[in-house]
Amino acid sequence: MSRLLPLALLGALVALPLALGANPYLLNALIVTGIVTIGAMSLNLLLGFTGQLSLGHIAFFGIGAYVSALTSLGFDVEIGFGLRVVHEPWPAAVGFVLATLAAGACGYLIGRLSFRVRGAYFVIVTISFAEVVRLVALNWVELTQGPLALTNIPAITLGLPGIGAWTLKTKLQNYYLVLAIGTLCYLVIARLVGSRFGRAMRGLKENESLALSVGINATRTLTVAAVVSAAMAGAAGSLYAHYLRIIDPDVFAFTTTVSMVIMVVAGGKGTLMGPVIGGLIFGLLPVALRPVMAPEAQWIVYGVVLILILFVMPRGIVPGVSALLARRRPVRAVPVLEASPVVQR
Amino acid sequence: MDQLIQHLVNTLILGGTYALLGIGLTLIFGIMNVVNFTHGALYTVGAYLMYLAVAALGLNFFLALPVAILGGLLFGAAIEVLLLRPFRGSDIDTTMLVMIGAGIALQSGTLWIFGGVAKAIPSPFPEVPLQVGPVSVSWLRLFVLGAALGLIGLTYALINRTKLGLAMRAAFQDSDTAALMGVNVRLIYTATFALGSSLAAAAGALLGPVYVVFPQMGGLAELKAFAIVILGGLGNVTGAAIGGFILALAEELGAGYVSSGYRDAMGFLIIIAVLLYKPTGLFAKAERIG
Repeated sequence: MSRLLPLALLGALVALPLALGANPYLLNALIVTGIVTIGAMSLNLLLGFTGQLSLGHIAFFGIGAYVSALTSLGFDVEIGFGLRVVHEPWPAAVGFVLATLAAGACGYLIGRLSFRVRGAYFVIVTISFAEVVRLVALNWVELTQGPLALTNIPAITLGLPGIGAWTLKTKLQNYYLVLAIGTLCYLVIARLVGSRFGRAMRGLKENESLALSVGINATRTLTVAAVVSAAMAGAAGSLYAHYLRIIDPDVFAFTTTVSMVIMVVAGGKGTLMGPVIGGLIFGLLPVALRPVMAPEAQWIVYGVVLILILFVMPRGIVPGVSALLARRRPVRAVPVLEASPVVQR
Repeated sequence: MDQLIQHLVNTLILGGTYALLGIGLTLIFGIMNVVNFTHGALYTVGAYLMYLAVAALGLNFFLALPVAILGGLLFGAAIEVLLLRPFRGSDIDTTMLVMIGAGIALQSGTLWIFGGVAKAIPSPFPEVPLQVGPVSVSWLRLFVLGAALGLIGLTYALINRTKLGLAMRAAFQDSDTAALMGVNVRLIYTATFALGSSLAAAAGALLGPVYVVFPQMGGLAELKAFAIVILGGLGNVTGAAIGGFILALAEELGAGYVSSGYRDAMGFLIIIAVLLYKPTGLFAKAERIG
């Protein structure tokens, strides 16, 4: 797909609120879609470029949300032996940074643990990890309030010394914050994938023995990808917490991971634009389906759509459409062999 | 001491159904190389078929059980023929994504049809539990253990004593060579998936009357089945059977002596321990598939 597409899409997204006017419902849908799309982009880094499916990706998202919320709310918990940990509230922006770091650290542990063996282990470890983190959020009531939820989470305040500070309370401000962070994540992933490290990742995905034979450290490469991916999911979780300003253990719902998987697979895994396009389609689809369908029925549709896409367009929408467009164009030199996988935009 | 004995008795009863779940999943993985994300949904389907047969149709409890198991068998066969057969030859990730789609559609389907309210399945057993010394066990749970052990025995006999089982073992070792020897591998795959699904449905139909039936019950069951399969070694039937009892023991002791809130976290701890110390599973050296 043309290099202009990402820029055109960014321009459209920047201008979109002007066209929508002050429609809070649509703006809210766009913000949540944007946050989940960041999660999908981070999932794509693992699923699309290394071939490892993190089916507990929501764990990193939720950890980000809880770390960020607790950092900015403060807590006072007893950790046993009569010891107490008391934390005074810190600014929400610090929470955002800590959330990213904490989720990345979890990604490191999970990666080191499960990349010892290949195969389905990473999938199973991540999905179980997500369940355990949910249990902790549910049961450690002193810290997380359990099902009562953490409430009154402060909004993110951006400020520069000498210029002043803005507290991002309105939907419009949050929209641009999410858009900015999303663009940043996109650029980081694009840079990473285009680098030597990105070639190592794709080499491992295509042919692990060959990659190992040229000196690529498989466990290290996969673990680094897991850390970056988890950190981005954590950042998305932090945005979610400070936007909604209330979180409960339902933030760990398995269905959110499935949404992200559908966004990546439908959009085109292993492409930079795939998760963005897939994210916009499947993030906004509930808005379109809401008047005609109950949420349970929507999930039946999503499951069926995932299967249909694997049947009809196994590589996803973005590669599928660009292949169609390429066929229409006047004949150019056609490569004899399928070239080594090039990153598609 | 009395408490410990009670926990051990509970372990046996829970372990039987866990073993059923694990054997079904490990068979499908071992023979077909498919990570079955419909396993939990089929467990739920089994429980709801039991509920429909007993509560809605008024069928006899002991007749309803084989009906539910047969239903699971047919469901599994349909999933294999419609969704897995077209993807034969695709990589493991593609079939996994297909199974995730099917699993979420099935689970949402039960939620849509039956609603989110938990249902109870009436059982014909007396309310008064069997009291042996300090230990008390309800008759229903004893029946569940007996039925689970019976089904495990039947599965073993099927794998080790029948021609179908021989063909399954051959397909497990090398499907191409098995095909050359005249084994209809397509049929074996369908039979394997249907068998594994019926075992998941059986576990659901057996545990449904013990607890309650609700659409999300399969999610946790699926995670537990994964833990059992990793513990026993992917594709190892005996490992899965023993793994089921080990997980049940860990859960009972964890819930009894540590914290009941973290009962369901035991499976994850087991996975971590296995990956750290014996990534191939506890019983990797044992003979695989029967």
